[in-house]
Amino acid sequence: MNACPERIVHFMHEYLDGEISREHELELKSHLQSCEACQAHMHELSDVVAFVKGAAHIEAPNDFNHSVIARLPKEKSHEGVSKWLRRHPVLTAAAMFLLLMSSALFTNFNDEQQFSFTKQENVLVEGETVIIPEGQVVKGDLVVRNGDVQIDGELDGNLTIINGTAYMASTANITGTSEEINEAFDWLWYKIKDGAKEVVSFFEKDETK
Amino acid sequence: MDALVNKRIKQILKGDKDAFAEIVDLYQHRLYQVCYRMLGNRHEAEDIAQEAFVRAFINIHTFDQKRKFSTWLYRIATNLCIDRIRKKKPDYYLDAEVRGTEGLDMYSQIATSDELPEEELMKLELQDRIQYEISRLPDKYRSAIVLKYMEELSLQEISEILDLPLGTVKTRIHRGREALRKQLSRQPHI
Repeated sequence: MNACPERIVHFMHEYLDGEISREHELELKSHLQSCEACQAHMHELSDVVAFVKGAAHIEAPNDFNHSVIARLPKEKSHEGVSKWLRRHPVLTAAAMFLLLMSSALFTNFNDEQQFSFTKQENVLVEGETVIIPEGQVVKGDLVVRNGDVQIDGELDGNLTIINGTAYMASTANITGTSEEINEAFDWLWYKIKDGAKEVVSFFEKDETK
Repeated sequence: MDALVNKRIKQILKGDKDAFAEIVDLYQHRLYQVCYRMLGNRHEAEDIAQEAFVRAFINIHTFDQKRKFSTWLYRIATNLCIDRIRKKKPDYYLDAEVRGTEGLDMYSQIATSDELPEEELMKLELQDRIQYEISRLPDKYRSAIVLKYMEELSLQEISEILDLPLGTVKTRIHRGREALRKQLSRQPHI
């Protein structure tokens, strides 16, 4: 059998797979007629196929279906929420936007702990207190963050204090409005008003043009 | 059949467990049979076949409805079986040659140690004998032979289930047949 070409065994398998070409089949047949060893080999392979195909069909146990259903994961209530979210992508996006926006506002309020103020002429700074000295007139708005304001002179504009207090002398005079913002909620309200004002003034400017 | 299955899958995607129970009814015997032939143990076969259905349910949204559902299911089940077989194997490479022997690898070692004495073998019923011979095949060849001759699937389907090129599937079936031929010729005739 050692003398037999290797391809003969390969042809046997092609034959068993039902994928043998006409030429290969002819070569295989003529070889088998002349070679007993290969004939035996082919015979054994056919026996193997018959042997394996003789395996009985096996059925799953009776309660198989119930056991599978019992093993399925229980649907959790939050899965309903996630399903709803998946079905309403636009609303989900809008909700995410609002959530992120508001959290950004709140973190702004907490993060900006630095003392800062609007730069104006005639203003003095002592530590974290902005002072408008007596007899001086400050023209324009004044915004102070994380600091106090002491007004001895005049402010010709609006005063806004975020996280601080205003101390007014008897000589103090503010021509605009004065506001102190110390709570996150006030801060939010202030931001909204600010935004609205900007929008309004933008349109007003547009109209005056 | 495929249209019905796809309809059930749409219902399952909406959370309908009864539709899934119908799918289990349709495929339970085929899946259980593969697992049993691969693992050779009814308890393990039941466990793994059930696990395959559970995974199919959980991952049903990843199934591409343009493809054949049974192929997808078989694939989950055979992967689970192969994982289980590998976990049971000891921690050395079976392909590695055993020292001091030429051309003998661990497969042949295991095969000889697993081999039943002749008189025991004679007592086996035909069906037990078939399962015994199948279980002695290396798992690479076993999965291909089981899918081809016990599930009677096409070579193309087997290649999709095992995620192997068609040529590799053919080689494994050829080698599986040759391995069985040697196993059977070593033993008294059936």
